[in-house]
Amino acid sequence: MSGVTDFLTSFLPGFLLALAVIAASAVVFPFLMRRVWGFMCDRLGPNRVGPQGLLQPFADGLKLFVKEDVTPSQAHKYLFLIAPAVALITPMLTQVVIPFSDNYTIANLNIGLIYLVAVGAFSVLGILIAGWASNNKYSLVGGLRAAAQMISYEIPLILNIVLVALLTGSLSLNMIVGAQETVWFGVVQPLAFIIYIIAGVAELNRTPFDLPEAESELVSGYNTEYGGMRFAFFAALIEWGNVTVWAMAGSTLFLGGWRGPLFNSPLWLAVKVGIITLVIIWFFSTFPRLQIDQLMSFAWKVLIPLSLLNVAVTSGFILLWPENFFLPTAIFSWSSIALFIILFPSVIRKVLLRNRLRLLATRKMTTVISGTGKGGIRS
Amino acid sequence: MSVTDELTGPGKPSFHLEEMVLNMGPQHPSTHGVLRLVLHLDGELAVSVEPVLGYLHRGFEKLAENRTYLQYLAMLSRLDYLSGSFMEWSYVRSIEALMNIEVPKRAEYIRVIVSELNRIISHEVAIGDFMLNLGAVTPFFWVFRDREDVMDLLEMVTGQRMMYNYMRVGGVRWDLPEDFEAGCRKFLKEYPAKIDDYEQLITDNEIFISRTLGMGIIKPYEALDYGLSGPNARASGVDWDLRREVGYSVYPEFDFKVPLGQHGDCFDRYKCRIEEMRESVKIVEQALDAICDGPVNLKLPPMLRPPAGDIYRAVESPRGEYGVYLVSNGGLRPWRLKLRDPTFSAISMIPKLTAGNKIADLVAIVGSLDLLMGGVDR
Repeated sequence: MSGVTDFLTSFLPGFLLALAVIAASAVVFPFLMRRVWGFMCDRLGPNRVGPQGLLQPFADGLKLFVKEDVTPSQAHKYLFLIAPAVALITPMLTQVVIPFSDNYTIANLNIGLIYLVAVGAFSVLGILIAGWASNNKYSLVGGLRAAAQMISYEIPLILNIVLVALLTGSLSLNMIVGAQETVWFGVVQPLAFIIYIIAGVAELNRTPFDLPEAESELVSGYNTEYGGMRFAFFAALIEWGNVTVWAMAGSTLFLGGWRGPLFNSPLWLAVKVGIITLVIIWFFSTFPRLQIDQLMSFAWKVLIPLSLLNVAVTSGFILLWPENFFLPTAIFSWSSIALFIILFPSVIRKVLLRNRLRLLATRKMTTVISGTGKGGIRS
Repeated sequence: MSVTDELTGPGKPSFHLEEMVLNMGPQHPSTHGVLRLVLHLDGELAVSVEPVLGYLHRGFEKLAENRTYLQYLAMLSRLDYLSGSFMEWSYVRSIEALMNIEVPKRAEYIRVIVSELNRIISHEVAIGDFMLNLGAVTPFFWVFRDREDVMDLLEMVTGQRMMYNYMRVGGVRWDLPEDFEAGCRKFLKEYPAKIDDYEQLITDNEIFISRTLGMGIIKPYEALDYGLSGPNARASGVDWDLRREVGYSVYPEFDFKVPLGQHGDCFDRYKCRIEEMRESVKIVEQALDAICDGPVNLKLPPMLRPPAGDIYRAVESPRGEYGVYLVSNGGLRPWRLKLRDPTFSAISMIPKLTAGNKIADLVAIVGSLDLLMGGVDR
């Protein structure tokens, strides 16, 4: 009897809430992205269906829903069909530990952070299955790229989550939100927050790290063969569901979660998720795509050493001043960012450019062939 | 040595490894029309790349032999549909040279204005497509937004946005409309700031630099060996621009620079196009200042009969040297018409440039060459 009661009072509301969050993100964010990106491109974006085009996601969803569910004849049938479902498990499961308010978390685990990281690592599985099972060369390359990339960027992501655990002294997300009552960890540790954002964008395969579905190279990457509702699963539910859960985790870890100025409410969580998503959209409309080896070296040579250094220094501060380590941590973190901002245009960029030009000089051209220069001015 | 060799050498365990053959195109987001690339992939590396042409073949050269000289003019802007006025120009130039026709001065200025505006929009598409290949989508929309202004101007002059059919033997079809000069000057005044915008978004971007600097290097002698011309060759340091070297039309009157690259990589090819757009703006400004009154075309019979003989004339198009080799037997129709398209030379360079690169770099290099299949397959 108690099993039924548990199911009705605990599991079912949580399941429905998780589903609602994913579905809402799949409706709101693609639309937001198209309008905001359209604004950045100096055009309107979809504005025909409903007021300001608000019903566009529903029109798209309906269209994809009524389309034929095609399975390529040479694909691995069962894996091909099950891949979207497998990929959807991750955003559904990871968000259960995110606290929505003081007294409501779908599952209040005292090891919430470990759970978040462990279950979050599954997100590559569905994409890999989709890439392999499609029996398409573009999909296969896309799936393998996704595997390499997501495993690499898991590490800086986790290192920065470790920092939050260090600052709080707890693995429970409710405790983490509680610890940010006075000051957000994003203010104490902005460096960690920035690395979390960058690594997360890569982990989620968004621009400029969108290699697994690089349109100009791999047509559509791992989901090339998918159409209809299964494509909608990948393109809307899973992609944006993952983004939402990652942004929820980010705002819980670094921006105080449901806590906010003036009043505390889950609304603040939604606002913070929206702002982080806007940053992703901003990235999307600004950057070209990285190359796979640059992507890897950026993770292993820049982000991971930087995160390790940050973890080491913060741990040192905690050892030195166990009572009051927020201030030195904040000073270290802010000053390192300031140093980067000051050095980047004047020093780092030039060093990067000089290295690249030195590489070029080994292949430097010796002769410049000139024309006769009858008219005009020679440059 | 490829991965395959390392794993299957003597004394190594025997794996069944093979290169993956991937047909990129003719329908693919980054092949600019219907270019098909047959890639042999070793993981991410393209071991060999082979371009396959001919998916857009329309028999242009043969069709010329069945049409009168004037009838064929309408087809020429369909060859390279992004820079329609240039092939028309080189065609009418060859006929004019064969018939010894002196073109009115005003017509030459109009030809220069139309063609340089056309060069701007062609380079804009080249840059937008290149950025699309690199994965940046916004510049594509920016260039198409600004391209629209030029297209409006060209529509004002020629009546068409892309397929102009404006050049005539002995001049141009009709005079510039009254409000053209004001509109054009307004555009020329605003446009350099827009190029600065592109540069801010693209050229200063660290990811763009890391993707393009040192990528797909063409050495100057290679450029000459493969017959490259236009910005692709000039980015390699080949200081050759027909507008200056041959000085056809009224180009010797204008003061303009020929931008050159230093390394011949993707970045230089992009930068050359940006600079050429700036130079085109200057040329159009000077042409608007210098333009004189007078007739814009000659009264010629509709049935042209150039004397028997053969002639080659070329113009500097946004993609390089557009040439027309015309053989006339004194009849109503060309006896043979051979068209030279610079994109063909650029495509012949692809296997050498891209072999051994990653898929992403291959796409970047192909994008930087500014390929347009309409002129290649004819």
